[in-house]
Amino acid sequence: MADDRQIVVERPAPGEIIAPGYTFSTITDQISSVVLTRKTPLFWFVAFGVGGSLLMLFLLAVTVLLVKGTGIWGIRTPVMWGFAITNFVWWIGIGHAGTLISAILLLLNQRWRNSINRFAEAMTLFAVACAGMFPLLHMGRPWLFYWMMPYPNTMGIEPQFRSPLVWDVFAVSTYATVSLLFWFVGLMPDLGTLRDRTKNPIGRAIYGVLAMGWRGSARHWSVYETASLLLAGLATPLVLSVHTVVSFDFTIAIVPGWHSTFFPPYFVAGAIYSGFAMVLALAIPLRSLYGLQGLITDKHLDNCGKIMLATGWIVAYAYMLEVFGAWYGGDTYEQAAFWHRMTGRYAVQYWSLVGCNIVLPQFLWFERVRSSPPLLFIASIVVLVGMWLERFMIIVSSLAQDFLPSSWGIFQATRWDWATYLGTIGLFLFLFFLFVRALPMISIFEVRTLLPQAKVSKEAKS
Amino acid sequence: MSDHGIYGVMAEFDSPSELVSAARAARAKGYRKLDAYSPFPIEELTEALHLHKNKLPLIVLAGGIVGGLTGFFLQYWIAVMYFPINIAGRPLNSWPSFVIITFELTILFASLSAVLGMMALCGLPMPYHPVFNVARFSAASRNRFFLCIEAGDPLFDPAAASQFLEGLEPREVSEVAN
Repeated sequence: MADDRQIVVERPAPGEIIAPGYTFSTITDQISSVVLTRKTPLFWFVAFGVGGSLLMLFLLAVTVLLVKGTGIWGIRTPVMWGFAITNFVWWIGIGHAGTLISAILLLLNQRWRNSINRFAEAMTLFAVACAGMFPLLHMGRPWLFYWMMPYPNTMGIEPQFRSPLVWDVFAVSTYATVSLLFWFVGLMPDLGTLRDRTKNPIGRAIYGVLAMGWRGSARHWSVYETASLLLAGLATPLVLSVHTVVSFDFTIAIVPGWHSTFFPPYFVAGAIYSGFAMVLALAIPLRSLYGLQGLITDKHLDNCGKIMLATGWIVAYAYMLEVFGAWYGGDTYEQAAFWHRMTGRYAVQYWSLVGCNIVLPQFLWFERVRSSPPLLFIASIVVLVGMWLERFMIIVSSLAQDFLPSSWGIFQATRWDWATYLGTIGLFLFLFFLFVRALPMISIFEVRTLLPQAKVSKEAKS
Repeated sequence: MSDHGIYGVMAEFDSPSELVSAARAARAKGYRKLDAYSPFPIEELTEALHLHKNKLPLIVLAGGIVGGLTGFFLQYWIAVMYFPINIAGRPLNSWPSFVIITFELTILFASLSAVLGMMALCGLPMPYHPVFNVARFSAASRNRFFLCIEAGDPLFDPAAASQFLEGLEPREVSEVAN
C-alpha cells in the first residue's frame, strides 16, 4: 500500500522498549510475514527435522514400553522414580516462566513482556505436555489414567484425597487447561489480523474460524482487557501453586533429603530459573533467525539474564539452607543423606549441579555477559543442565540411600530412559517449531501498544 | 433492524487520538449507537463511548465460588460419605488435605467462566458481521481506526451521518452494507 500515510515518529520517547522507527503497519507486517509470506528458512527445516526425528524415537520408546513394561527403564527397588519423575519435575518447571511472563509481569505492569509473552506461553504449553507424558507412562498402564479421577465406577472405589499424588493430577491438569485458555485468548486478536492479511483461502478459513469473528470493536476490547487481567490474576497463584504441589510429592514423604518445609519456595524459584533459561535458549536463535532484534531487543535478554541471576541466588540459598538444616537439625539420616550426596555414588552429579546452578551463572553479574547473546545462550543451556541434575539428585540420591543399608541400591539409567527423555525434547521442538510456522510468535496487538503513537494525545482526552 | 437498508456509516482514521476525538464529537452530536474499531485496546475509548462497566468480574467471582464449593464437597462427600477409609488414623473429614484440590478447582472454574463469559458478553463466535463488508475494514486489524454510526440510532440519517463524519476529517467515509 504505497499511498499509506503513516505517522512517522522522529524521536521515540526515552526508555522505549522496542527499537525506534516502528509503525503499526511495520510491526504487523514483520510479525505476520513470518507465518504468511516469508520463505521458510533452512534452519526451520533443520530444527523441525531434528524435533521430528527425536519424536519418532519417543514413539519407538513408548511402543517398547507398552509392549514390555516399565522394566525397560532403569527403575528398580528402591529407586522407583528414576528418570520419569526427574523429567516430569524438570519439564513442568520450565513451563513456569511462560506463565510468570504472561501473568505476573502483566499484573506488575512490566510492558517489556509484550514482545516475549506469546512464545513463552507456547513454551509453557508444550513443556507441560512433555511433563505430562512421564507420570502417564510411569503408571505402566497409561490407558487406565482416568482411574486417578473421581468418577462413579463399578469397582466402588475412589481416589484418596490425602495423597499428594492425587493433588498433582488436579494441579497439573488445571495448569494445562488454564495455560491453554490464556494463550488462546491472547491469540484471538492476532488470529483476526492473520485472517485479514492472508491471501490463501484455506488459511483465511482456518484463521477465520479460530479468530471467532474478532473485529476489534471497542466494546469487545473493554471486556477483553478485563478478561485478560482476571486470567492473569488467576494464573498467578496457580503457577505458584503448581510447583508447590509438585514439591509436596516429596515433602509429605519422610524420606531423608525430602522431608522439609522449605521445598515449595525452593521448587518454585528453581522452576522460574530453568524456565527463563529456556526462554533465552529459544529467543536468542529465533530473533536472529527471523531478524526480530528490533522487537526482542538486547534489553529483553538483559532482563531475562537478571531474573535468572536473582532466582539462581534463591536456589543457591536453598542449597545452603538444605545443608545447614541437615547439620543443625541433628537428624542422623538427614545428615547421612547429604553426606552421601556430596561424597557418595552421586558426588559427580552433585558438584556438577553446584557448578552449573551456582558458580557459572555468577558471570551474569557482568553486563558484558548479559549483553552478549551467544554467552547468554551458553549460560541458559548450563542452567537447564544444572536444573535437570538438581531434580535428578533430589529424587535419585534420596531414594537410593534411605534408612536401612539393606534397602540401599543404585540407579542405572538404561538406553530407553535416555530415549524417552530425548524423545520428549523432540516432542517439544516439534510442537514449538510448528507453532512458530503457523501462528504469530510475538503478540502483534500487544507490541502495537508499545509504540509512542499508540498513546492518545492530551487534546483528545479532554 | 432499521429501514435505511444499511448497517451504518463508517469513517476511517489514522491514529488513536483522532478516533477518540471523533468518538467524543459523535457523542456530543447526540449519536448513541456507536462503535469504534481499533487494532489494539484504547483505554480512552471506553470513556469516550460511555461504555458500561462489564459484568465479567461478577461472572468470574460466581464461577470461582462454584468451583471452590464443588472442589471441597466433592472430596468431603467421597472421603466421608461415599468411600470412607481410615488413613493412618486421620479423621475422615481431614480438611487440610482437601485445601489444594479445592483451590485448584476454584481457579479452574473461575478461568473457564472468564473465557466463556468474555465470549458470551462479546457475542463471539460471530462468523458474519456487516462491518466486514467495508473493503478497507481489513486494516482495522493492522493500522487503521474506524468509527461506525449504526443505523439503529434514533438520530440516524445516512446523508447527515456521512456529512457529519466527513467533517471530522477522516481518510474515508463509507456506508456499511447489511
